[in-house]
Amino acid sequence: MKVELHSIHKYFGKVHANDNITLDIPAGTIQGILGENGAGKSTLMKVLSGFIQADSGEILLDGKPVIIHSPADAIKQGVGMLHQDPLDFPPMRIIDNFILGAPGGLFPNRAAITRDFKALAQEYDFSIDPESYVDALTVGERQQLEILRLLWLGARVLILDEPTTGISASQKQKLFATLRKLAEQGKTMIFVSHKLEDVEALCHQAVVLRQGKLIGEMKKPFDPKKLVGMMFDKEVSLGARQSAKPGEVLLSMQHVSLEDVRLKLKDLSLDVHAGEVIGLSGMEGSGQGPFLRACAGLTRPVAGHVKLKGHDMTGKSYHAYKHQGVEFLPAARLEEGLVPGLSLTEHFILAEEPKGVFIDREYGGKLAAERIQSFNIKGTPLSTVESLSGGNQQRALLSLLNDPLSLVLIEHPTRGLDIESVIYIWSKLKERCKQGAAIIFISSDLEEILQYSDRVLVFFSGKVSEPLDAAQTTVEQLGQLIGGKGWPEKKAA
Amino acid sequence: MTKNSRWINFGFQLAALVLALLFTTLILLAAGAPPLEAYKNIILGSVSSLDKISNVLVTWVPLLLASAGLLVTFSAGLWNIGMEGQITLGAIGTTWALRLMQDSTLPPALVITFAILAGMLAGAFWAALAGALKTFGGVNEIFGGLGLNFVSTALTLWLIFGPWKRPGVGSMSGTEPFPETLWLPMFPDSRLSPWALVIAVVAIVIVYFMLQGTYFGLRLKAVGKNFRAAYMLGIPTWQYMMISFILCGALAGAAGAVQVTAVYHRLIPSISSGYGYLGLLVAMLINYQAAWAAPVALFFAALNIGSIQLPIVLKLDSSLSGVLQGMLVLFVLMVEGVRQRLMRRS
Ligand SMILES: Nc1ncnc2c1ncn2[C@@H]1O[C@H](COP(=O)(O)OP(=O)(O)OP(=O)(O)O)[C@@H](O)[C@H]1O
Ligand SMILES: [Mg+2]
Repeated sequence: MKVELHSIHKYFGKVHANDNITLDIPAGTIQGILGENGAGKSTLMKVLSGFIQADSGEILLDGKPVIIHSPADAIKQGVGMLHQDPLDFPPMRIIDNFILGAPGGLFPNRAAITRDFKALAQEYDFSIDPESYVDALTVGERQQLEILRLLWLGARVLILDEPTTGISASQKQKLFATLRKLAEQGKTMIFVSHKLEDVEALCHQAVVLRQGKLIGEMKKPFDPKKLVGMMFDKEVSLGARQSAKPGEVLLSMQHVSLEDVRLKLKDLSLDVHAGEVIGLSGMEGSGQGPFLRACAGLTRPVAGHVKLKGHDMTGKSYHAYKHQGVEFLPAARLEEGLVPGLSLTEHFILAEEPKGVFIDREYGGKLAAERIQSFNIKGTPLSTVESLSGGNQQRALLSLLNDPLSLVLIEHPTRGLDIESVIYIWSKLKERCKQGAAIIFISSDLEEILQYSDRVLVFFSGKVSEPLDAAQTTVEQLGQLIGGKGWPEKKAA
Repeated sequence: MTKNSRWINFGFQLAALVLALLFTTLILLAAGAPPLEAYKNIILGSVSSLDKISNVLVTWVPLLLASAGLLVTFSAGLWNIGMEGQITLGAIGTTWALRLMQDSTLPPALVITFAILAGMLAGAFWAALAGALKTFGGVNEIFGGLGLNFVSTALTLWLIFGPWKRPGVGSMSGTEPFPETLWLPMFPDSRLSPWALVIAVVAIVIVYFMLQGTYFGLRLKAVGKNFRAAYMLGIPTWQYMMISFILCGALAGAAGAVQVTAVYHRLIPSISSGYGYLGLLVAMLINYQAAWAAPVALFFAALNIGSIQLPIVLKLDSSLSGVLQGMLVLFVLMVEGVRQRLMRRS
């Protein structure tokens, strides 16, 4: 389906989130949308998919002007959207989730729908069991489920808002293959991303947004330098790897075993030194999540000991760890990290130790202004966190880290950040390492792992590798290990 | 919030009030009653004499105390349906303390103070039970609270007809009244005590400042809005929930204590008089804004007192005030939903 957007304007209060955006996407095209954090990408996509209404402007589908009132209306007209922050999934069976929100009938025909589901899943080579539960799926699988659901509902335009953050490389390949196939069938794909290499690999054409305006477009083959120039008005480079001089042992995991419903991690030992960065790599759900949480007391080990600066912390709560200078930043920022409904100022006040009984508003205001500036958050002290763009929510989350800290644990630290911010945020994190903190992080981005870690642990279905020296490891080697190849002495996994 | 959107909000609230009136009018018409007459009677019934105004204030005190308490639990994201039981327990606690000390040589002022404190403690204890059921037993506070309400009613009846029964035979009219020395001092010729007014006003002022300006209030709100994130931010979440239950229960207990020491001077079967549920309506209506608690509770109290006239004058049931109050809450919630939808659009 052909999609045309004409002079779209959207204001949020004084913020001009979309400023006169005009965009033509022929049927069968994969369209990339690039732009720094807060540029207005999600806003434009929400306008097209009916989540919000434009203040002015026109949308044409296959040449016909349409008005899209709601997401349900959008899907009726053939437009479906996959969100940046996956919406909450209740613990129900996959097939029920699928049937839910389907049109027609008080009594859906379960058998027929299951048949449809299986046929569709097979067509796109997704291996999802319709009778298993949604909350057991990885982010990548939820995404596949959502794509299937939208296609089944008749989507001919598919919008994907940063779909590659948080999924593994192999899931990404599968996703891309699916998107190409859909485009060949004449469907239109809109792909929002911060990763230039993804846009290069996948898209037929791309546009760049900045401060709400569409400031440039390019067709395949792309000139990445020029695209970066359009996004940031300057050249951006990663800079050289910095290695740390590790100090004394901060955290010591001794023969730790972890268990959750899906997998068991057995007999893990690791010493984490002050000043070092450890990257945890692996397909989603391979055990790195429980491991990271165990380092913060959020998961209790079933065996073994955790020592922090020489104190035995085994079985203690996260608050006890926090007291010792440990902080954990979750990936699900709006569910676990931030409090929707409260302002940035209120968050900064909450993150600090209470000083007396009454809140000093003036101090809070100053604190907020300072953090907003130093983390370059696009928002005001009074902005509620849910009104920030995805990348700015991430910055807000990172700006909550207190001083001083001894151990920082982060799931996907740069999820949803543009390249420039990734570099900036990591420079801030590395500063902390210089002050003697250690960092352990999970990332699905292999380059991020190798660029910023000193040592890397690879997880594969509950097994953990020996720590690898990041400087001596290549992306290819890492990719192989993540996929389960090249492991010494294979036990039955 | 900008000035402009504040006026828009106000306009929406006004629309809700008009809609609620309109709907109640329809119901009156359907019942074959003259609506204007009814409204006139309600207004006259609440403000036409000093006596009526003082009765409105007598109702306002426990209602305001209940609303103040519920603001605390609402902020923590809790539905403290057990309010009724907590008020009842407050009354029981106060009665118990008064019975214990009425023959002692302590000065009456001290006895009354202790009795009110005992009521607050009893209310807090009953709320803590609901809180413990939730945090340790995994029982939703709505179910726990409802259950405890039933238990408290049964307890009152047992006390009135059992251990605390009047000399001779127990009756629904309650326990033996306390001597006048143990009443809270009253304005002449009324059931209104200046002390009760002071307690209620102090309570709402404290709650207002606690929620607006203290670390405790902000942390409580964080717990209410996102439990998991609040924990991650280092807030001891279940402790905060327990404290909010206990504070709410103490205020409920104060309401019960006032009913005993200032209004009935004894324990009667339905001493909580539905103030707990009415307080829930007030708290929902004002949507966390403590500043509105006093005027809205006053309005509700006036409706209650005003409609007492209805059965006498118009042969209408006095539950009309309940209809109007319920309508008001429903329409305010509905209009709020519409407003949010429109805001998202524009
Ligand atoms: N509901 C809202 N209320 C107020 N402002 C909003 C709202 N949604 C978005 N904005 C503002 O609009 C601007 C554009 O936001 P948008 O979410 O479209 O950015 P984005 O390009 O998707 O950024 P990111 O890469 O960080 O996800 C931002 O400045 C944001 O703060
Ligand atoms: Mg976005």
